[in-house]
Amino acid sequence: MHELAICQALIGQVTDVARSNHAASVSDVFVSVGPLSGVEGPLLQNAFPVAAAGTVAGTAKLHLQSMPIRVRCDECGQESEAGMNRLVCEHCGDWRTRLISGDELLLQRVILESAAAGGQSNV
Amino acid sequence: MCDTCGCNVTPGNEHLVAAGGHLAHTSSGSESVEVLKGLLDANDHQALHNREHFARHKVFAVNLMSSPGAGKTALLEATIDALRDDMKIAVVEGDLETENDANRIRDKGVPAVQISTGSACHLDAHMVHHALDELDLYGIDVVFIENVGNLVCPASFDLGQHCNVALLSTPEGHDKPAKYPVMFRAADIVLITKSDLLEVLGDFDPGAAESYLRQIANPAPLYNVSAKTGTGMTTWLDWIRREAGKQR
Repeated sequence: MHELAICQALIGQVTDVARSNHAASVSDVFVSVGPLSGVEGPLLQNAFPVAAAGTVAGTAKLHLQSMPIRVRCDECGQESEAGMNRLVCEHCGDWRTRLISGDELLLQRVILESAAAGGQSNV
Repeated sequence: MCDTCGCNVTPGNEHLVAAGGHLAHTSSGSESVEVLKGLLDANDHQALHNREHFARHKVFAVNLMSSPGAGKTALLEATIDALRDDMKIAVVEGDLETENDANRIRDKGVPAVQISTGSACHLDAHMVHHALDELDLYGIDVVFIENVGNLVCPASFDLGQHCNVALLSTPEGHDKPAKYPVMFRAADIVLITKSDLLEVLGDFDPGAAESYLRQIANPAPLYNVSAKTGTGMTTWLDWIRREAGKQR
């Protein structure tokens, strides 16, 4: 269960972004997760409030976008969808492929609120 | 992953992570700030620092990963004995508790630092950095980092190593690469350990293990080794010598 450690790293990044943009709070956090990142979305979702408590992102909502597993074949050059433990090319069947999507663990963007009226914030 | 530019956004996923441009504003007037940073950015930054530290000392760093009891420490003991006249070795040991493994290594006359992770199920680059503070790398050729026995979490954390070695012991079954694809995808070499038990067990098929490894698009070599009998050790030792030579 390394998702808590990863969530703590995420909160560190989110608070850095909030601080550098002089935001009062963070309302939404968008993260892309590929299945081959080794991180489970639901566990990340559970760990998020624990890691966020008492920070500028204490009431933020975590939005996870699951990324598809896709490979490009070294042999035939075509791209295809693949599975967790089956990264072979679906066109020619060769196993010599490169992952082009599916191992992401990426803080995509955050939505910041300012302390000023109307939730506006200025950079 | 990159510190600033989001370079793990690839042609395959950019259409999904594009979020309306840098510093886009939402209709509510709240501010949407695009970040595009890997969640493990801080760890990866520290790992880079560790790697530079190894490079300065011309040290080859190996991350040993496996399930608990696959024989990492036994392999290290046999490796230390076999390379005693060739190479100077140091070991970083990761376990939840006890100094037992570090003591086994010290009994071989090799410096070892034990990281007790408490309840943490993996080593990260910061823990390894602290351990390296206690290790004099002068004259050392190879540092083995024995990760916490776990086929899941350690795979997500770069420690600054040059190579990942995954151990798959014969009693575990040959389908482990299919069950733990994240771990086995990260392996630069797979050692099928306790190979002396192949005959006794009768149902572990090294060919099937290799097939499962190829199914996850990993071209890594697989070697059968037995730390107990010494069978297959030569291939493993030659691999260490070859890879360590690249760091000099």
